[in-house]
Amino acid sequence: MKNVKSFTMPSRVLHWVMAVMILAMIFIGVFMASTVGSDYYRLVALHRSVGIAILVLAMLRLGNRLHTPPPPLPEDLPPVIKVGAHASHILLYVLMIVLPLVGWGMLSAGGYPIPLWGQSVRLPPILPYDPMLWAELRSAHTLLAFLLFGLVLAHITAALFHGLIRRDGVLRSMLLRASLDPISQESHGD
Amino acid sequence: MATKPLVPSASAVRWLGVIAAPTALALGFLWAGGGLTPHRLTQTSLLDALRAVDGTPPGFRRNHAKGVCVTGWFEGNGNAAGISTASVLQPGRVPVVGRFALAGGMPFQADAPAKVRSMALRLMSPDGQEWRMGINDIPVFPVRTPQEFQDLQLASRPDPASGKPDPARVKAFRAAHPWLRAAGAQITHRPLSSGFSDDTYRSLNSFLFVAKDGAKAAVRLSMVPLQPVTPADAHAGDHDYLFRQLIDDLHAHPLQWRLMVTLAGSGDAIDNPSKEWSRDNRQIDAGTLTLKDIESEENGPCTGITFDPLVLPRGMMPSGDPILQARSAAYMRSFYLRSGERPTAPAVSPEMTVPPANAKDNKS
Repeated sequence: MKNVKSFTMPSRVLHWVMAVMILAMIFIGVFMASTVGSDYYRLVALHRSVGIAILVLAMLRLGNRLHTPPPPLPEDLPPVIKVGAHASHILLYVLMIVLPLVGWGMLSAGGYPIPLWGQSVRLPPILPYDPMLWAELRSAHTLLAFLLFGLVLAHITAALFHGLIRRDGVLRSMLLRASLDPISQESHGD
Repeated sequence: MATKPLVPSASAVRWLGVIAAPTALALGFLWAGGGLTPHRLTQTSLLDALRAVDGTPPGFRRNHAKGVCVTGWFEGNGNAAGISTASVLQPGRVPVVGRFALAGGMPFQADAPAKVRSMALRLMSPDGQEWRMGINDIPVFPVRTPQEFQDLQLASRPDPASGKPDPARVKAFRAAHPWLRAAGAQITHRPLSSGFSDDTYRSLNSFLFVAKDGAKAAVRLSMVPLQPVTPADAHAGDHDYLFRQLIDDLHAHPLQWRLMVTLAGSGDAIDNPSKEWSRDNRQIDAGTLTLKDIESEENGPCTGITFDPLVLPRGMMPSGDPILQARSAAYMRSFYLRSGERPTAPAVSPEMTVPPANAKDNKS
């Protein structure tokens, strides 16, 4: 009874693509917000574009999550742990959507043009021009990014705990190669 | 089904497996933010170096703090359209919000002939493309890299005892940077014009203009006054004379500058702003800037704009000049910090910029 049903393939692909993007964004963000080096302009441009891509993917993913509910957690997990897991997942979804919006909003309030992918697309402002608001959102962007990074670390630690210590199938339910597992193949039937 | 304990016993290796990845990520995060390298050059260390020279008046720009807002328009003539697709260089008018300022972080410093003057502009094309620039009345930039900029600031910070830079420290900086000697001499011995209105302002940093076929041309830009140039004269004891003169000039008539685009020659250092380019380079007259109105920063339209030189329209790109990247990064941080602070009244007050006709109307 160790086998937990797997996430669907689209869910797993979305998870891993976004995992790479979000981690890259956090590292680019914290580096570019301190550097005066020669990659500054390129990194800021990349950060804007990938941020909006994450926003689009996060919306898709939210739709996917509501459409195909995730496999249940193992029944023998204490309720407190289950509640914590659900709460952290909700917060992860909230931050995946709010953080890009705060970034977009702060550039709008700061009066910055918002070009994406070189100069090919220009995003319209979503907030009125207001330098005080820009300063507040710029602070909020940093704080929320720190919160997201903390959550990501907790998420990774919990996943590894499930995979290496409890060995209860929770980690495997999100691994890409789990699709080769006959039991999870079976679960696609429902 | 036997209930498994929440934490089954597991080997130390497995536990190590659990904590290794998050620990590595946390360390990487600290490193990326500069937390593991306290002496690294950062936006904060650069602004701290400026503060060491100028102090921190809240709400003002960390550099070029004393200034005034101006508005007008730029009229492109199409002459530079062959080397850049930027719509602002096509024939036609675009609105401009600008700012004149003195270099340095002191918003209440006294005007003096030899202080570095700057012009900052935001040009807004009707198609939404935007071009910002901050240009200065010196022939070259005093340093080549952000690190040298920070070192120069720290070397010239005022000594607490005398209130003046320590000559020994300045001398040590010069001795350690012989390649900057020429730039220092060119800045010190530059001809000084009488004020903001008859001054020439230069981009110092290089940019790449991108033509329709994708060809890139390295350029530097300058704004050359159409007003007759008169040499600087002494104005001892007149604290704001440069700004008063600019206000009087703009109340009397619009002021105009010609945007000159200088193309790099084969021997010119594109990525080194402390090196002057050859004087016989090809120059293109790209259009005319007209400034008409002037307003105090207290309610003026330029106050909430950061004149980040890397806000460029399509058809222009940054060169590899490292100072350009550092300016963009430091301006962002300065704009962030000052926008969250409550500013005091600027030196150039709204009373000073009231046009004479209105002043009369108000009195009657």
